[in-house]
Amino acid sequence: MAKILVDNWPQFIHGFWNTVWCSLIALFFSLLLGVIFALMEVAPSKLASAIAHIYIEIFRNIPLLVITMIFYLVVPRSGIKMSGFAAGTIGLALYSSAFIAETVRAGINSVGKGQMEGARSNGMTYNQAMRYVILPQALKIVIPPLGNQFVNLIKNSSVLAFVAGFDLMYEADTIAFSSLETINTYIIVGVFYLILTLPLSYYMRYLEKRLA
Amino acid sequence: MKKIKKILVLPLFILLLLAVSGCGRRPEGNVYTQTKESKTIYWGVKADTRLFGLMNIKTGKIEGFEIDLANALTKQILGKNGKAEFVQTTPKTRIPLLKNGNIDAAIATMTITPERKKQVDFSTPYFNAGQSLLVKDDSDIKNIRDLNGKTAVAVKGTTAVANVKKFAPKAKVLEYDDYGQAFAALKAGQGQAMTTDNGVLAGIASENPGYKLVGGTYTTEPYGIAVNKGQNDMLKQINKALEELKANGTYHRLVVKWFSGIPGFNVKEAEGLNG
Repeated sequence: MAKILVDNWPQFIHGFWNTVWCSLIALFFSLLLGVIFALMEVAPSKLASAIAHIYIEIFRNIPLLVITMIFYLVVPRSGIKMSGFAAGTIGLALYSSAFIAETVRAGINSVGKGQMEGARSNGMTYNQAMRYVILPQALKIVIPPLGNQFVNLIKNSSVLAFVAGFDLMYEADTIAFSSLETINTYIIVGVFYLILTLPLSYYMRYLEKRLA
Repeated sequence: MKKIKKILVLPLFILLLLAVSGCGRRPEGNVYTQTKESKTIYWGVKADTRLFGLMNIKTGKIEGFEIDLANALTKQILGKNGKAEFVQTTPKTRIPLLKNGNIDAAIATMTITPERKKQVDFSTPYFNAGQSLLVKDDSDIKNIRDLNGKTAVAVKGTTAVANVKKFAPKAKVLEYDDYGQAFAALKAGQGQAMTTDNGVLAGIASENPGYKLVGGTYTTEPYGIAVNKGQNDMLKQINKALEELKANGTYHRLVVKWFSGIPGFNVKEAEGLNG
């Protein structure tokens, strides 16, 4: 097993960093989009709520692979150049944002109604009450489920392998096929994913303890 | 009551284990004796490759040259009552399935290579394949050397990448899980040429107007039937049956049946008669 690791080290590292980059970019945008759509869904405006609802239901209920394939195979037909890495990262961000939106919305709903009423009766506007009273409490509540979503996101980044995005999984496929040491290669890849996901899990645990 | 539960749990657990492990044969046993006992050969075949092995959606059966050949070989090895069972494989799964004993032999557009020979044993070649290029009709790519600086699409687990790098070191190669995805990527413009075995490309070209093969074959990569390492009896039987089918004309009939209609495809070359 060590031999495969040493022989293919540059390939593993290349894939590892692509997975890290893809995950970080997708993490940032899915969190941003997720919070925005969660706020839209609970907003008093019926229109905003409907738009958010449609967005979430579409991206939550279509397999990640299908979303990615659409960006990879259909979008380039309109003349937009789209690499496998870009298509995979966009697909991953949109797909994950729907789940994060649902998680954050659940958090907002779990903050007692009295909080909003109290804030409003003290003269805050809806936006102020949301920003200073509701959201801080809601985000604290959703840290554990959010941690799950982040770990899922990293693991889901393996979708890049299907669209030649040169991520960890893609390189693993290539190494496994050329060396024919299929099982050992995938065990090594499993360890690489653990290197990414375990610290994240522990960090989320730590945050949970610090803030709760 | 508690005792009864304990008594029940153990057999149930064993049954579960049997159910999980029971699909397939023991990989360490003699495959030939096992097939003779069960009168069945489990063939690993392709189900996504036109002309070789393709799932017919209407009938639910896999059809193609390799299927016909596997059927003929089965009858030759086991006699008239012999039954051929087909298991779908991909370049990714065919060797693990052989090693696990899920299939007895793989006849799945598999090129004979030294690396693969370390893992499995191959029969004598049954199809003289070679890599070629598939491009859009208006492409300016004439042969493999024109690929320098361009992007080719290929399928994971095949010999395509190494070969492209040999003839066109500056070409980029993107790999996909199967031919359908690779061709979809070519259509979407993710690459300028698709490279794989000529037989496979001919199958795609025959179904998709607007695409053509160029440059002829730039490698010689005969297909062989693979069996697990050490299954010498099975290998001998397959080689003997293949020899008999070539001698009695069945083999030639099957090649003509599947490949004669394709423009520019050299049936004699495929049979290995002049090359």
